[in-house]
Amino acid sequence: MAELDTSSGGGKGGKVRSKKQSTRVDLTAMVDLAFLLITFFMLTTSLSKPLAMDIAKPDKDEKNKENKFELKASQTMTILLGDKNKVAWYMGVAGESQPNVENYTELRKSLLDNKKKVKEAMGKDIIVIIKPAPGSSYKNFVDAMDLLNITKTNISAPAIDDDPAHLMDNEKQALVAAGIYKQ
Amino acid sequence: MPRAKVARKSTAVDMTAMCDVAFLLLTFFILTATSRQPDPLDVKIPSSTVQFKVPDKDLAILTVGKGKVFMEIIGADVKQTTLQRMANLYSTSFTPEEIKRFKVISSFGVPFGNLKQYINLNAEGRTKFEKQFNGIPTDSTINGELFRWIKEAREATAELHGVDMRISIKGDAEEEYATVRKIVDVLQKQKVNKFSLITSAEAAN
Repeated sequence: MAELDTSSGGGKGGKVRSKKQSTRVDLTAMVDLAFLLITFFMLTTSLSKPLAMDIAKPDKDEKNKENKFELKASQTMTILLGDKNKVAWYMGVAGESQPNVENYTELRKSLLDNKKKVKEAMGKDIIVIIKPAPGSSYKNFVDAMDLLNITKTNISAPAIDDDPAHLMDNEKQALVAAGIYKQ
Repeated sequence: MPRAKVARKSTAVDMTAMCDVAFLLLTFFILTATSRQPDPLDVKIPSSTVQFKVPDKDLAILTVGKGKVFMEIIGADVKQTTLQRMANLYSTSFTPEEIKRFKVISSFGVPFGNLKQYINLNAEGRTKFEKQFNGIPTDSTINGELFRWIKEAREATAELHGVDMRISIKGDAEEEYATVRKIVDVLQKQKVNKFSLITSAEAAN
């Protein structure tokens, strides 16, 4: 957009007037460049920061390993994270009841159901224990923790029992039977 | 009757205001931009519905994928102090030039013995060099390298900023939980029982 020189053309004889120059500068190109750079910086700045899920694990007491927190069996729900994006959960003591094998979408309903049942039967909050078994991926673990957050079943902090040695034989058998245990 | 002449208006628009705004925004974005460095370890993070954002200082990020662990310490001053502390532990030293170079490296995953060589490479060479190793050695004893890195970084943060360093784990979604557990063990060994897992956003339904 070139500026038109609107100043009157050469004088009709007489005095020679100095031409009045326009003071306006063409900014179009500058604006173009500025917006190009803005776009670039906007896109490269990470606007959506990743989120952090806080995990608190119980203190590992190396000295007195017997110092354990006893839980009422009927109040606890144990979730075993298995292979192939499946879980197996049971209430109470391992081996007494057949674990239910579910996927992660079904687990949500079970969590809500069990939470309600425990609250009605005992007037206490449910305690959830998560046991990642061999074959479970990191995503499975994050999903399970997230489900606890969504269903608010983590009023008392969820216990994460990730020591492979703690996976009991009958739990293992149940996983093997369901075909979600990776040797 | 002579036809009414339509005054011919100039088509030039005054760009000054637009230019001002454009440059103001440009300055803002340049100053806030922290250029994103490519991760040497490509991980696909799982998603969750948590709302808490990852803080941008006093933080160490442990990237886990393909069985390897890479570490990133946020903050140039903490990074420098950590490196010097590590050098003291292993009774080596780094030249000021090497320290300067280390400060701009985002995440690294080589054994400490090869760190010097790694620092002196260029960005391309580093990526290749890292492939030879299995990340930072993760044996969970108190002499393990990952253990020491984390411990020194925590002490450096406490010394410089007087706050506890946060530790975040950025794991690949498909990674076996057992690998992540190894790192959690290293953390718990030094009584770090609180840490966070980095996830991407997901709509709660």
